[in-house]
Amino acid sequence: MNENTSNPIIEMSGVSKWFGDFQVLKDVSLQVFSGERVVVCGPSGSGKSTLIRCINRLEEHQEGRIVVDGIELDQDTQHINKVRSEVGMVFQQFNLFPHLTVLENCTLGPMKVRGLSKKEAEALAMEYLQRVRIPEQAAKYPGSLSGGQQQRVAIARSLCMQPRIMLFDEPTSALDPEMIKEVLDVMIDLAESGMTMICVTHEMGFARTVAHQMVFMDEGRIIERSPPAQFFSEPEHERTKLFLSQILSH
Amino acid sequence: MSRSTSRYRWSWVDSVVLLGIIGFFGFIGYRVNTVLVYQWDWGFLPGYLFRWDEETQSLLPNLLVKGLLTTLRLAFWSIILATLIGFVTGMMRTSRRLFPQAFSRLYVELIRNVPPIVFIFVFYFFISSQIIPLLGLDTLDQRLGPTGQSVVEFLFGPVSLLSNTFSGIFCLALFEAAYITEIVRSGIQSVSVGQREAAMSIGLSRWQQMRYVVLPQAVQRVIPPLAGQFIILIKDSSIVSLISIQELTFLTLEVANSTQRVFEVWVFVAGVYFVLCYSCALIFRRLEMRLDSSRI
Repeated sequence: MNENTSNPIIEMSGVSKWFGDFQVLKDVSLQVFSGERVVVCGPSGSGKSTLIRCINRLEEHQEGRIVVDGIELDQDTQHINKVRSEVGMVFQQFNLFPHLTVLENCTLGPMKVRGLSKKEAEALAMEYLQRVRIPEQAAKYPGSLSGGQQQRVAIARSLCMQPRIMLFDEPTSALDPEMIKEVLDVMIDLAESGMTMICVTHEMGFARTVAHQMVFMDEGRIIERSPPAQFFSEPEHERTKLFLSQILSH
Repeated sequence: MSRSTSRYRWSWVDSVVLLGIIGFFGFIGYRVNTVLVYQWDWGFLPGYLFRWDEETQSLLPNLLVKGLLTTLRLAFWSIILATLIGFVTGMMRTSRRLFPQAFSRLYVELIRNVPPIVFIFVFYFFISSQIIPLLGLDTLDQRLGPTGQSVVEFLFGPVSLLSNTFSGIFCLALFEAAYITEIVRSGIQSVSVGQREAAMSIGLSRWQQMRYVVLPQAVQRVIPPLAGQFIILIKDSSIVSLISIQELTFLTLEVANSTQRVFEVWVFVAGVYFVLCYSCALIFRRLEMRLDSSRI
């Protein structure tokens, strides 16, 4: 729980995972320090989503160790729930709860997991809805919001748990182009506030501005890891060059 | 092409079908009148609905109304009990643990693959004679005070028939709950994995995910099939007449036997069941529309 930057807040070592016979993650090791912002990219099927889903145990790894904020992810449900309450996650499909209002979406976790009173939780939720710039939508149901607005609510919902780490799983991939910016702006704000972030995204402009580290994955392996300046100008591996030329060419 | 804005358009097929239907009922009416030479007489019916009690100088329910009241009580309590059991076993069906899954599966398959009448006989003769005394329901009437008696009488009908009524409620509820289990299971499984994942990611426990995220959405989706099952339950309640529960069908049978007015009695009772089930359907349609409009 300390801010000691010499200890990584996320430590993955030798992590492997299979879906049936197919190996999605092959001996992956990754360290992320508190306040660090990591962007993970790679072709589809390279295992990047699975990688971050392992960090809050939406997927179970079969080999290796994952330690988050000093807690090892093992079979202990209490460890898993503890890690999940410290790690926020934003999904590609938003996954807001359609039967609850925007405000209720945000207060559910704080009330049921943190044990906050309704009043405290609502104050907290309004604070974060303000931060993602949609406090006026609090009383509406998610179904009546645009995709960009829904994703911002999803970010606020995660932030209401006051997590130490935020995971983003292709947060802008399901959005119309004109809505991508409003979500990225919120994410940049968040980055500037010093949040530890791991983002799987193809938004290279965003990556260039906020990332401390770029991670490139292919076929379940981390191929390359470097700061963005180096990553974009002089990638080491052929596979990275090819990938970058494909997504940066237009 | 279409000039009319109404939802339905009349075509020649409809005319043919209508003529066919009129012809069919005309034929039946003709057979009843000329071949069976049946003399319709509805005059006896009111006397079997209510009777004038000389002693208290008041109108009291007679057999048919008594039967209807029993059916209503039977249906009401069975619906509540069956829904409770159905939701618990429905959740067990979606559990990842072996025992709850196997148990609920066994329950559903056993009941779904045995005819209702057979099930009710088996349940009544072998289990009800054990469970009712175990719960102390057979001696409940002796242990109640006068106010307790009148409360119980209002809720469950005549105190003297209490263990009989409870057997009926248990039989019916256990039987219908198997179908409700499957409805609930499909409702739970229709909620997307993403919803569960989002609930997990904010740290909710398994039970909390179910309670606050999955179940509310599942309930909304299962209301139409659930309403259908409740209506089936009301109709199936006539089966327990076989174990001498004195509900509408049982008492109608008695009236039909003693008056020999078979057609009138059964046509009348068919109407009563129809009104009962159809009002149930209307209530649920209302509820469904209200839930729908509250979401946006």
